Amino acid sequence: MKKVSVSFTLNGDPVTADVPVTWTLLKTLRDYFELTGAKEGCGVGECGACTVIVDGQAVNSCLYPIPEVEGRSVTTIEGIAEKDGSLHPIQTAFLENNGVQCGFCTSGMIMSAKALLDQNPDPNEEDIRKGIAGNFCRCTGYVQIVESIEMAAKADK
Amino acid sequence: MPDHLFVGKSIPRTIEADKVTGKAVYINDLKRPGMLYGKILYSSHAHARIKSIDTSMAKQLQGVRAVLTGQDIPDVRVGFLKDQTVLKKDVVRQFRDEVAAVAAISPEIAEEAVSLIKVEYEKLPAVFDPFEAMKEGAPLVHETDARGRPLKSNILPLPWKFAVGDMEQARKDAAYIAKDTVSTTWVNQCCMGTSGCIAEFDQNNNLTLYDQTNVIFGHIGRISEYFERIGLAGKKIRVVNPVVGGSFGTKLDTDIYEFIAIQLALNTRKPVKILFDREEEFCALPPRQPAVFTIEQGCDKEGRLIFRHCEAILDNGAYTSWGATTPSVMIMPMSSLYRVPNVYFKATCVYTNNIYAQAMRGYGNPQATFAVETSMDSLAEAAGIDPAEFRFINRNRPGDETPMNLKITSCGLEECITAVRDRLQWDQKRGKQRGRGVGMASLIHVAGGARVTKSDGHGIRVKLDEFGHVDVIESGTDQGQGSPTVISQIVSEALGVRPEDIFLTFGDTALALWDAGTHASRHTFMAGNAAVIACAKAKRQILDMAVELIPRLVKGEFKRMKRKDPEFVEPDLDYGLIANPEDMDIRDRMIFPKKDPDHPYFKVPISEILRNGLHVGIGESRVVAAEAFYDPPTEMLNRDMKGNLSMTYAFGTTGVEVEVDEETGEVQILKLVAAHDVGKAMNPTLLLGQIYGAGYTGVGYGLTEEIKVRNGRVMNPSFRDYQMLTAMDVVPIEAVIVEPGDKDGPYGAKGVGEPGLVPTAPAIANAVYDAIGVRIRDLPITPEKILTALKERK
Ligand code: FES
Ligand code: FES
Repeated sequence: MKKVSVSFTLNGDPVTADVPVTWTLLKTLRDYFELTGAKEGCGVGECGACTVIVDGQAVNSCLYPIPEVEGRSVTTIEGIAEKDGSLHPIQTAFLENNGVQCGFCTSGMIMSAKALLDQNPDPNEEDIRKGIAGNFCRCTGYVQIVESIEMAAKADK
Repeated sequence: MPDHLFVGKSIPRTIEADKVTGKAVYINDLKRPGMLYGKILYSSHAHARIKSIDTSMAKQLQGVRAVLTGQDIPDVRVGFLKDQTVLKKDVVRQFRDEVAAVAAISPEIAEEAVSLIKVEYEKLPAVFDPFEAMKEGAPLVHETDARGRPLKSNILPLPWKFAVGDMEQARKDAAYIAKDTVSTTWVNQCCMGTSGCIAEFDQNNNLTLYDQTNVIFGHIGRISEYFERIGLAGKKIRVVNPVVGGSFGTKLDTDIYEFIAIQLALNTRKPVKILFDREEEFCALPPRQPAVFTIEQGCDKEGRLIFRHCEAILDNGAYTSWGATTPSVMIMPMSSLYRVPNVYFKATCVYTNNIYAQAMRGYGNPQATFAVETSMDSLAEAAGIDPAEFRFINRNRPGDETPMNLKITSCGLEECITAVRDRLQWDQKRGKQRGRGVGMASLIHVAGGARVTKSDGHGIRVKLDEFGHVDVIESGTDQGQGSPTVISQIVSEALGVRPEDIFLTFGDTALALWDAGTHASRHTFMAGNAAVIACAKAKRQILDMAVELIPRLVKGEFKRMKRKDPEFVEPDLDYGLIANPEDMDIRDRMIFPKKDPDHPYFKVPISEILRNGLHVGIGESRVVAAEAFYDPPTEMLNRDMKGNLSMTYAFGTTGVEVEVDEETGEVQILKLVAAHDVGKAMNPTLLLGQIYGAGYTGVGYGLTEEIKVRNGRVMNPSFRDYQMLTAMDVVPIEAVIVEPGDKDGPYGAKGVGEPGLVPTAPAIANAVYDAIGVRIRDLPITPEKILTALKERK
């Protein structure tokens, strides 16, 4: 199969991936870089479990063709805690406020929340709900996820 | 009794930090060296004879390591009624029938290979409606039973019947009677993590199955039975859970894909992973069972229930999994939700060529409660009594024994009904109509285990190392319910350490004792009780060492000080304070005499005792480890479907206020109050998560969710078409926690995993009725149904 060589920034590090041209960003992250935090919940852009941040925007990496990542900056769930292991405020808030249950939606949920808070540090409930509208969760009923994001926004101030 | 340090506190889920950093390893992420990927070819017909299967092209594809059909594997029947084989070789009876399977070096190649398999079918007449299927002359889904005896009907040989009291007399005695027919549909559990497993054999044919099941030991039982029949009798099976992306009932039975993975692994001598995609999750996983109920209830002039009579027809689909046993759970609300002396319930499961069903959060309870609570509203209206009042009159009370012989111990139903009434401002809002309305529904559910298998036990192991770290080997599973945190709270409290000292291992049959399964809302209750017992034993071991070691350590220290400073005068201590283990306690990592908790010499860190007990230099070293197997004194249902199957029961009431747009038929939930008797909240924040999550799924069940099955085929196998609720579907939900404390629960707790879902849909239906005066008796309550009902009313 025809391969491409794609260079981009991944969680702050310059990287190059040599992968089949048909691969998505999600597949590349999971199978080439072994960053398995982003999950495939549907593979067709409906559930948000695969959400990562590309140049500041939350995207469904299961739909994102790898060639289009060239030159961009990609942040995944593995790249938001501090190097010393201390958690990002959104991660802490999810643990403290039960924003995570089974955790399968969580990587994507947190990345959507991060993209939102990076753009709008002071969102109201509706902004938050819109920010995670594409992220499905079966466990939580979203209530404590929304609260976690509110909590993280406050903690960041 | 001092306050609890950890139990009852909202301890964060720090123990699960891997889940917020992408480190948690789910089945999706797990790889084994040399692993192959399995894919399944499903039937293209709802009912057909297989004339031929041509796998030659698939076999030739580079990277393919095995292609199996029913001809290639032993012809062994599996499932609850042994009514199917792993791969179907003669007849397919539903669209999800597994016809062939491939193992290849990548999922893509496996998928391509599956598409190259050619199957020739001869269509057979099919039946999709259970009522049609019951008629004489209907096409038979199965011509023979598991033993090869000819079958004459599609009705399953499962006589679910419950009868108590004198129905005839009760009907005569009733002042008011109401009759309803209600129906519920298929809904998908929608775990965000799809189904999957890895099967791996060692050289001696012992199997390790990395698997998401929530019944790890039941799994072994079923697979061993299969092994016996394929020539692998006596082989060891180990089931190991990865991190599980939701369960909600899907992981209760051993599914066909799991047997297929085992067969592929056996055939290729390599680890084989099967991982469902989302479409398979919708089409090839058994969902919640649909049912039609005809329910009739009667009450006296004062509104006291006199009888409840209900018959249910369940569409079983083509094969039998746990779905067919949901009536055993339906009997609980049918006989025991509210006080009712005369009860008749009969459920008939009927084979059709539809998809077959399994368990989902609440088992049969949400379906049955929809029937009971619809009828409660109808009867209240017939009797001219406010529906909240009507429920209050008939509420269960502590000390009741129900017609099913359930022994009600703690029961906060009265508080739950009252709380919902207050918080919804029921009395002001009820009966005003004009598009707005309030409704309520209650629930009963098992909350202290559920003896559905001969052992309802749960084992736990606790061991401490010399640093005071505690390994807890749980025999249950963690599917996201919060057990790692809650069990660590219970162990910390019972042992006297801190939650951060606890390291939990869930879901590994090689390490764990035994457990009946993390189902039936039983985990906190069962594992909590087992933990309390095991911790008491371990604590006693520590204190036994402490009474020996503390005087020695203190005296040794004095000796050292004297050596350093000859002036030092040894204080005159009362060693009687620490003479007996009973006089000592452990709290927050410290051992101390009960009579003098802050004693300057006798208060010693637990790790010091553990270390000195282990590293002694002569042949007397000791480690601290204990285990407990808790099996409560409950009963299995007898032939009459009676028995106190749980140590305690959960109660709750959900109330909703809705606004219905009569132009569009849209229902908006303005407020949802979920009041639950939980015994005692172990971790209030985590508890809320259970109530919110279950409540939300209940709203989906009530308003939007439906697997649309047409002529046996799933028409909406995607999230978008299925209409699971998103964060934009705002449900203002308010939880009320009622804590009567349960005498048998660990620290007073009862189970709460499923209850929140159970009464939600009927509460919505009842509120819709209050809002617009039409009653929707068929879930989900879609705008189309509302508009049709409104039109009919006019
Ligand atoms: S996996 Fe990408 S949106 Fe579902
Ligand atoms: S936490 Fe399980 S799907 Fe969101």
